[in-house]
Amino acid sequence: MSTTRTILICSGKGGVGKTTTTANLGISLARSGASTVVLDADFGLRNLDLLLGLENRIVYTAQEVLAETCRLEQALVKHKQEPNLSLLPAGNPRMLEWLTPKDMQAIVALLEERFDYVLIDCPAGIEDGFKNAAAAAREALVITTPEVAAVRDADRVIGLLNTQGISPVQLVLNRVRPKMMSSQEMLSVDDVTDILALPLLGLVFEDEQVIVSTNRGEPLTLSDGGSPAARAYSNIAGRLQGEDIPLMDPAKLRRGLRAKMRELMQTKIF
Amino acid sequence: MTLQDLIDKVLGRQTASADTARQRLQLVLAHDRSDLNPELLEQMRKEILEVVSRYVEIDLSETDVSLETEDRVTALVANLPIRRTL
Repeated sequence: MSTTRTILICSGKGGVGKTTTTANLGISLARSGASTVVLDADFGLRNLDLLLGLENRIVYTAQEVLAETCRLEQALVKHKQEPNLSLLPAGNPRMLEWLTPKDMQAIVALLEERFDYVLIDCPAGIEDGFKNAAAAAREALVITTPEVAAVRDADRVIGLLNTQGISPVQLVLNRVRPKMMSSQEMLSVDDVTDILALPLLGLVFEDEQVIVSTNRGEPLTLSDGGSPAARAYSNIAGRLQGEDIPLMDPAKLRRGLRAKMRELMQTKIF
Repeated sequence: MTLQDLIDKVLGRQTASADTARQRLQLVLAHDRSDLNPELLEQMRKEILEVVSRYVEIDLSETDVSLETEDRVTALVANLPIRRTL
């Protein structure tokens, strides 16, 4: 049996950070030397290419590989700065009926022959798109934010993952706002992990740099910048690989001098 | 949070919204996880009361039948105060 880790990145609700997480984890894992492929299973509304800055380099998709009109190597898009990372779009937006769970298993089996990590960026929702994306996954990361709608939808997804026997399922809590948590105007980290009853793989603070990096098509983890989200994502990648890295404490984020300096440098002066 | 919010909170006028969020989530998840619709739950409640009423007299105004959830386990919790045994 292959030792490849095939990990589904899902959330139920849209807009909580699945694709951002996939892109950043992909870069981090690749930087650590693991050969990694990110598979965009959201082929109706695909965006992983855009976040990675690879939108102009896609020629083929998994669809052509399965139809044998091209070889897998031709469809894989290598990242410019991080050659250990490849992107494979599952299909193109015009083909809405193509993907089945069997197709997904077939393409993932091909990827598992040559990569250490296969990260599957799951579409939002719990319908066919989710079921297809989950068909070939062995483990899963559930991304949620500390908001009622996101937690509720994450709970539905966790139920489905459990019935499909996907394990382990771990939690990433995204877009944490430490100030709001300390004034108890946002669900706390413990609230969310207690309610969902999942082990927490990492938490990511709300960070404007995420938007900047998306604009540029350069994931935060690509540079050595120390923005809070960049550190959070590389920590998560480290924990995925078995490193023992302590979780960030939302209560302590704002006290660091470096954080304050960074904030000062970001202040608009005119 | 605004100064007004802070004053309200200090004076205990309103609970922090995180508490409200947690309570609302726990309730809605108990229902989501059990897959029981409100009508079915109501019917079950009636039947439970009917059965229990055959053996003891219960205080109908104080009864509470609801779903609770903890650690992904959902429980049907019935609180039926007994007035006296028949």
